[in-house]
Amino acid sequence: MARVLFFGRLTDAAGTEELVIPLPSHARHVSDLNLLLARLYPELGAALEEPHVRVAINQKIAPAKSDPEISDRDEIAFMPPMSGG
Amino acid sequence: MIRVQTEPFDESEAFTLRAGRADVGGLVSFTGYVRDFTQSADVTTLELKHYPGFTETEIAKIVEQSRTRFDILDCLVIHRYGCMAPGDPIVLVAVIAAHRDAAFEAARFIMDYLKTDAPFWKKEIGASGERWIEPRTDDRLARAGWEDLNKGLKQ
Repeated sequence: MARVLFFGRLTDAAGTEELVIPLPSHARHVSDLNLLLARLYPELGAALEEPHVRVAINQKIAPAKSDPEISDRDEIAFMPPMSGG
Repeated sequence: MIRVQTEPFDESEAFTLRAGRADVGGLVSFTGYVRDFTQSADVTTLELKHYPGFTETEIAKIVEQSRTRFDILDCLVIHRYGCMAPGDPIVLVAVIAAHRDAAFEAARFIMDYLKTDAPFWKKEIGASGERWIEPRTDDRLARAGWEDLNKGLKQ
């Protein structure tokens, strides 16, 4: 099972902060997960496509605009622009 | 040292950095407070969400960059998450150095990067509902200014 985390306004689009879902064997990249999530939650699909959304796999941030590999044991976080301070 | 916590902190903690040291020429301390909410009069609470573990790691990267870049002796970053009201302290950055320039610049560098690169998400909560707020353009510009300096240094 993959653990998928949403932060900021993506929490509202997903209706939750966390999803635990089985990844189908063909889902090997974040883009595959995006398609899967867009089918489950149409509003979230559009929100994930926004250019400033960053992805972290197992708490390691992926380069912007990359499509990192994922597996069924990963923690995958979707993060809109951060704002500390 | 980096601390991410819900509890309020005492600004005077900054001075613990120089306790027992004689090599400190200057200490710069910045405290950020939750400002009165200007966009919507009925907002009563600012809630900060974070990503436990990841947030600490990313703040550590910012601190590490500042250590590489400026000749500082030590620094302390305390950042809160959870629900806060106007006037509450939200972030403390304190830096000690042998000379003032490094201390001032490192404190500013850390704050500028916290604004755009620290994994926190802010939500305003009031009688009429909730609203996520994202970094302001001038926050992005402040960080971009340091990036331009980076390029200048490499040339």
